[in-house]
Amino acid sequence: MGTLDTGDTAWMLISTALVMFMTPGLALFYGGLVRSKNVLSTIMHSFIMLGIGTIVWVLVGYSLAFGPDKFGLIGDLSMFGLKGVGMAPAEGSTIPEILFMAFQMMFAIITPALITGAFAERMKFSSYAVFMVAWLVLVYSPVAHWVWGGGWIMQLGALDFAGGTVVHINAAVAALVAAIVIGKRKGFGKEAMHPHNLPMTILGAAILWFGWFGFNAGSALAANGLAAIAFVVTHIATAMGALGWILAEKLKTGKPTTLGAASGAVAGLVAITPAAGFVGPIASIAIGFIAGILCYLAVGLKFKLGYDDSLDVVGVHGVGGIVGAILTGVFATVAINEAGANGLLYGGMDLFVKQLIAIGATIGYSFIMSFIILKAIKAVMGLRVSEEEEINGLDLSLHSENGYALGGFSSGTLEHTVAATQTAPSFAVKTAPASE
Amino acid sequence: MKKIEAIIKPFKLDDVKNALSGIGIQGLTVSEVQGFGRQKGHTEVYRGAEYKVDFVPKTKLEILVDDGMVSQVVDTLTEAAKTGKIGDGKIFIYPVDDAIRIRTGERGVDAL
Repeated sequence: MGTLDTGDTAWMLISTALVMFMTPGLALFYGGLVRSKNVLSTIMHSFIMLGIGTIVWVLVGYSLAFGPDKFGLIGDLSMFGLKGVGMAPAEGSTIPEILFMAFQMMFAIITPALITGAFAERMKFSSYAVFMVAWLVLVYSPVAHWVWGGGWIMQLGALDFAGGTVVHINAAVAALVAAIVIGKRKGFGKEAMHPHNLPMTILGAAILWFGWFGFNAGSALAANGLAAIAFVVTHIATAMGALGWILAEKLKTGKPTTLGAASGAVAGLVAITPAAGFVGPIASIAIGFIAGILCYLAVGLKFKLGYDDSLDVVGVHGVGGIVGAILTGVFATVAINEAGANGLLYGGMDLFVKQLIAIGATIGYSFIMSFIILKAIKAVMGLRVSEEEEINGLDLSLHSENGYALGGFSSGTLEHTVAATQTAPSFAVKTAPASE
Repeated sequence: MKKIEAIIKPFKLDDVKNALSGIGIQGLTVSEVQGFGRQKGHTEVYRGAEYKVDFVPKTKLEILVDDGMVSQVVDTLTEAAKTGKIGDGKIFIYPVDDAIRIRTGERGVDAL
């Protein structure tokens, strides 16, 4: 048993709440990027992960990721339903184990939510829910175990401070697979599919930036100097990501955009995530700036390669995650964190190779498992809504709601007030009484 | 000169625009409208309360053409906007007295 530290516990309670806030932030970030007829279904994909992720994590996820190690691959089920996870700190820890569980739970919630950007505007809600449960159990929990829970990547000595591989590369690879297996949106590459509300997207990006201080600085698991340096380098890299992206944009198309600034900030956040507790401020300038530029160049590739990663999960989280994981292997130094290692710049060839192994293993495992899960769901229940539902918009087709009630025409007439009433999905032709 | 006014399904707008460009139509005006015909509206549910929304979103096109073009435009429009399902819309044709291009003062067919 470790000894409880009140300062550490206070900071980790706050960090946990900060990371929780990232998921609704992501909901707004993604929600603004889709067409107005799909704003609610897209927000729902993130928001309801707070429900799905929580129950999966409490029942089995935490045990699979952080339970006693089996073969370096996965935890066992001895902590099913949080059995034995209590107020006392675990060995070597200074915070209640139940708090560590909650902090990790917020990561398990946002990671699958990141994937949803790849299949926005066309996936069936039921299939989405099944995919998320399966992916959390079969992909996220094992990979979290490998990197943080005492598994083989941790034993190998690769560094991932706050989740560059576990969260971002893992989610982005699943996103790529999902975009390919589910297929393009109707009209992709031909029709205009503009973001419908960029102020909402930018507010979402700002909430992500804010919450990420908990994500990265909280990953120190203590209120100490390491948390402070992680906090500062996170902020610097994010700022540089925004600048890098709009500079690249300015040079390539002549105009800096607000969506570019928001996207570059997220790219910077993603890239600094694995490095946050291992690099200094100057390194974080390079990491954020490089990620901003490379992610900008990467998001255009989907049109050339012909897959519809609708909200650029691969371009931002995949490329940003890989850039961050590789640059961790370049810029990491034991001068910042004794528990870390030296990167290429400080003569550490070893670490660089280990980083590449961790990246490759995560990509391979996530790709294969996500593919199998999605193919299985496709065979059993299908993945896509009908063409008519897609055209009418998922908000109305799947949720019987409208994101925006602007103008007086569509207010309609009250029919029933009983929740149990059978609802008619999509534009079902229903002989209605006159509207008066 | 005639004004051809068409109410169509919104997602058919691109197909219709491309088809009309294909037969040499130089310009048209589009607006988002709502209304109902035989196609009834849809249901929305908020906290269990079910609302019947009668007005369906539609797109209205207005195209001005010389008399000789009318049947070709109507045929092209009908073909491009048709899904065969209820709610495909309607086309109305009106006579037009005159047209003026504001920049040059040209009148009649020259102004189109």
